[in-house]
Order: sequence, then C-alpha cells, then structure tokens
Amino acid sequence: MKEMLRTIASRLTQGAIVLFVLGTLTFFLVHALPYGPFQDEKAVPDHVRERLEQLHGYDKPLLTQYGLRLKNILSGNLGSSIKVMEGREVSEILRQAFPVSLTLGLIALVIAISIGIPAGIMAAIGRNTSVDYLIMAAALFGICLPSFVIGPMLAEFFGGHLGWFPVSGWNFGDLSTMFLPALTLGLGSAAYLSRLTRAGMLEVLHQDFIRTARAKGQKNHIIILRHALRGGLIPSIAFLGPAFAGMISGSVVIESIFEVPGIGSLFIKAIETGDETLIMGPVLLYGSLIVLANFLVDLVQLWLNPRLRARASA
Amino acid sequence: MEKSPAISPLVADVSESEAGHSLWSDAWLRLRHNRAAMCGLAILASIILLCLIVPFLPILADPALQDLPNKNSPPSAKHWMGSDQLGRDLLSRILHGGRISILVGLITTMVSLTIGVAVGSVAGYVGGKTDAFLMRVVDILYSLPFLIVVILFSTLAKGYTNDFTDWVVDLTGWKRDSIAPFTGLIPLFVAIGALSWLSISRIVRASVQDLSSREFIEAAKSLGLTHRRILLRHIIPNAIGPIVVYATLTIPSVMLFEATLSFLGLGVQPPYSSWGILIKEGADRMLSNPLLLIFPSLFFIATLLSLNFLGDGLRDALDPKSSKD
Repeated sequence: MKEMLRTIASRLTQGAIVLFVLGTLTFFLVHALPYGPFQDEKAVPDHVRERLEQLHGYDKPLLTQYGLRLKNILSGNLGSSIKVMEGREVSEILRQAFPVSLTLGLIALVIAISIGIPAGIMAAIGRNTSVDYLIMAAALFGICLPSFVIGPMLAEFFGGHLGWFPVSGWNFGDLSTMFLPALTLGLGSAAYLSRLTRAGMLEVLHQDFIRTARAKGQKNHIIILRHALRGGLIPSIAFLGPAFAGMISGSVVIESIFEVPGIGSLFIKAIETGDETLIMGPVLLYGSLIVLANFLVDLVQLWLNPRLRARASA
Repeated sequence: MEKSPAISPLVADVSESEAGHSLWSDAWLRLRHNRAAMCGLAILASIILLCLIVPFLPILADPALQDLPNKNSPPSAKHWMGSDQLGRDLLSRILHGGRISILVGLITTMVSLTIGVAVGSVAGYVGGKTDAFLMRVVDILYSLPFLIVVILFSTLAKGYTNDFTDWVVDLTGWKRDSIAPFTGLIPLFVAIGALSWLSISRIVRASVQDLSSREFIEAAKSLGLTHRRILLRHIIPNAIGPIVVYATLTIPSVMLFEATLSFLGLGVQPPYSSWGILIKEGADRMLSNPLLLIFPSLFFIATLLSLNFLGDGLRDALDPKSSKD
C-alpha cells in the first residue's frame, strides 16, 4: 500500500513536469510558426494590427509574454481565444466541446476493445485456419480503409440504406446519434488491436507453461483465459493507452462527416491560424490525459504480470 | 580486444561465429518455404517494379496528360482502369502515386522503427529512472501538436532540401524537375517518422519488460553476457512478433497521413499525387464514379496484404522458438 502511494506520488510529480515542459514547448513552437493570428487574408491596416497585438500582449518581448502566460495558466486562467472563437474563454470552449469528444472516444474505445481483442484471440487460436485468415483480412480492410472512406460508407449503409441510425447531427444522451461516428472511430483501432492481440497471443501460446497446462489436461478455454491472456495482452494494452487518448482528442474527418461538435476541428483551425491560447488549452488537457492513460496502462501491466511486480518491488 | 584464454570458454566463441551466420540464413531458408510469404514478396516486388519503370512506359509516362474527349471513361483498351474527371489515365496516376506512397512508407517506417525499438528496449530493459525519463519524453511528444511540428520542420528544412536536390542533380546528372518532387518531400517524411515511433516504443517496452523478467535472461546475465548482447541477441528477437506487426501497421497509417498533410498543403502538390490522395479524391466521388476509389484502394490493399504475409512469414522465420517445432 505504502509502495503504491509512493508510485502515485512520483508519477504525479513526473506528470507535472511533463505538463510544464509540454506547455513551454508548445508556447515557443506556436510563436515560431511562420504565420500569426493577426495576419488575415484581407490586408489589415497597420494601426489595427498594432492595436490587436497590444491588446493580446504580442508587443512585449517573447520571454515576458511567456512569463505572463505561465503565471495565468498556473492560476487556472487559460485565457481567451485570440482568433478562431475570438474573445471566448478557452476553458468555456473546452467545457462545451470536450465532453462530446470524451463520450465519443469512450464509446469508440468500448467498440474497439469488444471487437478487436476477441477477434485477435480467435485468430491466434485458429492460427492458419480460415477463421484466422478471415479475421486478419477484415482487420486489414479496417486498417487500409481510412475514416473518410469508412465513415461515408457506414453512413450510407446504416443510415441511408437500412435507416437504423441518423446520418448526422449529435444529440447528447441519444445513443443512436452517437453510434455511427463512434463505430467509424473505433473500427480502425479494433483492427490494430486484433493484429496486436494475435501477435501477443502467438508469442505466449508457444511457451512452456502453456504446454504444462495442456499436459495437466486443463480445459482449453481456461488455458486461454487464465494463463495465456495475461501475457498475450501485453502489446495490446500498451497500445490502448495512447490509442484512447488519440480517440478522445477528436478527429476532424469524423466530426465533419457526422457533424459532431467536438474538439478536433477547432484545434486544427487554431493551428492553421496560430491561435496560441486555443492551441494551449487542448494540448495541456490532452497531455494530462496521456499521462493518466499511460499510468493506468503501467498499473494494469503490473497487475497482469506477477514477475514484473516482483522486479518492481525488488 | 584482449581475451584471457582461461576465462573465455570455447563454447562462447563457437556460438559467436556460427550463430550470426545461421540466424539469418536459417530465417531465409524458412521464409523460402513459406508459400504465402513468397507470394507476398512476389506481388510486392512487381508493384514496386511497375512503379519504378512507369515513366519509361509509352502510354503511361505522363500522369497529368489529359484525354479530354474521354473524361470519366470506364475501363477501355486505351485507359485500362478508366480515366478521371479531367480525362487523366487512372492507371498512370496510380503507378506514379505509388512511387511517392512507397517512398513515404519505407522512409518513415524505417525511421520510426529504429527510434522506437531503440528507445522502447532500453527503457524496458534498464527500467528505473532511465525508463521514467524516456517514457515521460514519449508522453510529451505524444501530446505535442504534431501538425505544428511538421509545419515548422518543413519550413525549416526547405533551404536544405534545395541544396540537397542540387547535390543529387550534380551527382547523378538526372533532370532537376524529375527528382525535385521527391527530394522536396524527404524532410517531411523524416519528420513524420521522427514522431511516429511513440506507439512502437511503448509496445516494445512492454514486451521487453516482460522478457527481462524471464529465467533465460537471468541465465544470460549470470553467464556474464554484455547488456548489449543480451538486448540484441536474446530480448529483441523474442519481441519480434509485435515489432513486425506494428511495422506493417505503421506503413498504411503513414501513407494515409501523408494524404492528410497534402490536403493541408504540406505534402505532395498537384500534378503529383499519391495513393492516399487518390483514395481521398475517389472517396469524394464515391457515388458518381466508384472506380476512382476502387482501383487505387485495390493497389493499396494488395500492397499491404502482401506486406502482411511477408511480415508474418518473416516473424515466423526469425522467431527463435519456431526452430524447436
């Protein structure tokens, strides 16, 4: 227990350092971009631009600006969008768009896990049989067909042809409007997961302790579920942390196909215009989620692997 | 290196000289007996060859050539895979696009594989503070807005790529126009590769952590093998399955990512194109002319399917455990 608390404390400290470095890098990278938020397609009169720059503190030296931003962010003030959603509080924008992306990502994660992992296990068990080939071919299609192809196809089939789900429009609480975008988002990761699970399971099924279990006359499904899965899921679980964070960061393609008011398209617009505040907010949020997701993944791996636990406490 | 004959056992010397030879030649022998893998290799080789020689083929040489009377034509004797809305031959566009897509796939995957396996295996094997440091760097890079880094990197590299193109022109005497679209993209590819090793490193680290705690690694350590040798000879070959699988997964994802970048104006620019771009353009016209989506996708899928079979075969061939069976 004490060990556990110490691990959590040390990971929290590391997480804080990660966010600090991340924020600093992002700040300077955005300011190094060859364009800025005050350049427009229309020529802006010089005095207007100077006023705008003054208003947002862009006339001060870069390091002073950095200090000010750091102080504000540390006191919980993310600032307001400079260009894309001019004048609106970034925290307000995140509060509206992030729950959408989070929900979408969570449903997609459930879809990806419940399709990908069982498929990978079945492919590994039936290695080089028609089941294996069928699953791996399906996975390959899932990997090859990008979301801008799968999305419209799913919309056409489930929405247009069968008429089961609405094709577009996001309505919180109404699962039917969330299903198609989540399926589009989850299928790609399901394909990745199935291949990684298959590879991981194949590594384990070779090993001596599986042979021992079989020699003991243990039932096949118990061998798979109790003995092989622990080791066989190692690559898949390592992949899940970042994959989950990736799914909730929002996807421009899916958001535009299904008209989901998520965070992805705002973020791309912010990058295209150099809207520093609207970039920084999502980046820090995303960074915290990555740190958290990878920490959880490490914990799950310790829990699944007794030898690793022994090594960690030694 | 000086060796004291009393300590260095004869056995170690024999394995040193023979294992290096037999690991790879054994693998090749096993690979040659794997029909699916050899099929994959053959298909892959023919696609690459076609893409390489396409500028020298009489009717396919110019992908931008417009056959205006035959816009949107179905497959015919003149246009084997039909033509697009501007009357350009689809097969020619696909083969020219393949040059860029295959280049993207190879360069970025090599870069990301090298960095990812190195970082992941060191983090997993050494553990402790090194592991924490490397993995937090990975966390930071994960969260850094990829697009900004790519934009900055390609702006920065622009001057250097021009010099590099000049250098290649001087060296080979090729026409500047014919290689500029490729050399101009190299910094972009390197940037993509340099940022797409993160998932590989996490997966390799997880496998290596697991392997490092096994008895045979304890044995290798107590035999006094160097860490380097343990990693390269005993750990990485045992983690080869997930590595090969992830490498074959990286190739399609970077090929498609290249298309995304091109639409933001960062990658390949018209009249040049790539498989990703053709698939995207085809997807936009999915209902009016589905062939524009189907044919490029077929090439893409055939390439990846054969890569997969080859990868699976390679995995089996390199797997130290499969020699027992």
